[in-house]
Amino acid sequence: MAGQEQQQPQSRDSQVEEDVPEAPPAPPEAQASASTQGVDDLLDEIDGVLESNAEEFVRAFVQKGGQ
Amino acid sequence: MGGALPAGGAMRVMGAETEYGIHAPSAPSANATMMSARVVQAYAQVTRQRAAGGAETRWDYTDEEPLHDARGWTLERGAAHPSQLTDQPPVLDAEAVALAYGREELELDGQDESGTLLMNMVLGNGARLYVDHAHPEYSSPEVTNPSDAVTWDAAGDLVALATVRRLAADPELPAVNLYKNNTDNKSVSYGSHENYLMPRSVPFGDIVRGLTPFFVTRQIMCGAGRVGIGQDSSTPGFQISQRADFFEAEVGLETTIRRPIINTRDEPHATADKYRRLHVIIGDANLSQASNFLKFGTTAMVLSLIEAGLAPKVEVHEPVLALQTVSHDTSLTAMLRLLDGRRVTALDLQWMYHEAASKLAQDTGVGDAVDGDGHTHQVLERWAATLTQLDSDRAGAASSVEWLAKLSLLEGYRDRDGLAWDDARLGLVDLQWADIRPEKGLYYRFLARNRMQRIVDDVDIAAAVTEPPSDTRAFFRGRCISSFGKDVVGASWDSVIFDVPGYGRLQRVPTREPLRGTQALTGGLFARHRTAAPFLAELLGHTTAPPAA
Repeated sequence: MAGQEQQQPQSRDSQVEEDVPEAPPAPPEAQASASTQGVDDLLDEIDGVLESNAEEFVRAFVQKGGQ
Repeated sequence: MGGALPAGGAMRVMGAETEYGIHAPSAPSANATMMSARVVQAYAQVTRQRAAGGAETRWDYTDEEPLHDARGWTLERGAAHPSQLTDQPPVLDAEAVALAYGREELELDGQDESGTLLMNMVLGNGARLYVDHAHPEYSSPEVTNPSDAVTWDAAGDLVALATVRRLAADPELPAVNLYKNNTDNKSVSYGSHENYLMPRSVPFGDIVRGLTPFFVTRQIMCGAGRVGIGQDSSTPGFQISQRADFFEAEVGLETTIRRPIINTRDEPHATADKYRRLHVIIGDANLSQASNFLKFGTTAMVLSLIEAGLAPKVEVHEPVLALQTVSHDTSLTAMLRLLDGRRVTALDLQWMYHEAASKLAQDTGVGDAVDGDGHTHQVLERWAATLTQLDSDRAGAASSVEWLAKLSLLEGYRDRDGLAWDDARLGLVDLQWADIRPEKGLYYRFLARNRMQRIVDDVDIAAAVTEPPSDTRAFFRGRCISSFGKDVVGASWDSVIFDVPGYGRLQRVPTREPLRGTQALTGGLFARHRTAAPFLAELLGHTTAPPAA
């Protein structure tokens, strides 16, 4: 039985701060740019993971019928 | 043990079925059924290494009744769509494959002794892994509560991953990707089904009335998100559900054509005069544990409401249309018309169900945080928290609700690169979200960054790949496979068939009561016997060794 709950009801901003753990606490005016930085960082990672040639890859994913 | 579960809350015998999307990038025109059979075969090879005596076994089709309709009749076989005939073993004969696809497609090592490719396995965790039409499907073992449903469904993703790794390591075969999604965005959909055990005494009409408004709106918490509108995605955009656009009827027996919101397939896989198995086909496959937990937890609670005669008295005007309206409205503000004239949002409807479920849980005591059944309280809390977040804190909801998490990523790309909704890169993000490989799957990248919540422990999910749930008959099935696999010649949801030396014929052990065969009832039996013959002798009540053949 699993059921052990690990609630992490963090907002996106607090998670973004987690992503830069070494940085000193950001002054209030820098927080908005930190949030943008976090999204950029995420997209950079995803860029490196995405299959190359999106158009061809998506076109080739053709399934037969299912339930 | 073996008795009933606490009534009135989220505990219930339930299970999940996932059909995976399958694709070989290096061989895009490879036959899907053949590839799916290779997936099953790959897992047989993996488990052969893991479990002494082999872990694969054949499915026993004797109790499959796919044409039984819960409304009380049976479809004539001749009138059925071929895809509905799921009680016939799909044997992919080696010769037939060779003729159809050329001999080089054949990989002789991947065949069992009788010359056919393995299409079906029962696993040591009590699950079934098989080829369903043109997809590999994992059907989880029966569990009794929503967090176990999440655990053993996620274990299926690890089973699928093991097959992907195995095939990738085989230089003779093309690598295969598996996707936990429900459409190719080119007009084809494949399912992820839920099953819930219910007393047969509940009138089916009550189930239809009670569930339909709930199913129309449940997607706002459980939808996996989809790029594209319409079955063929011809309208650019994003919608909440993978499945909504593929539903065309309110009630029906079909699962592959004219899909209905309420499916009437009535194969109890259990004592038929006591139980029905409610077969739910409308859900999205979920990678998000929170969305999956709510899918099983809230649905189980609504079934408790229906059984108690306490489901909210609401009827949605044109539910199929409403289902699509809700899916296409990411603002969650669309108004749905009720038959009594009221106009409500999807959130309003979900709150009505939550309120009724809370009251029932309180009245029965199962929802108590301390003295309750240990599950219902958690479902009610999370249900309310999610609805509140969907209303007022969408950024917060994006760490649990799958469609919002996916949407946040897509919006990131749109903002950064100015992409239109029909840009192929957004389609790729949608597809690759569901890749089950942790290094490629975008959901798993979110999970690694703690952008998605965990509800169950990774350790428990890994254990569930080999361990059956302890509190249902899946325990007996799974242990029979892992302990006596070489002597088990067949199994199904409600039977295990042994071929044991010394017995003159096959021994079929029925398991028609889902809450029997538990660890509490049969654990000692497995502990006492290392081989199948004395195990079977004690189980079947033989006081001495079996008669010689």
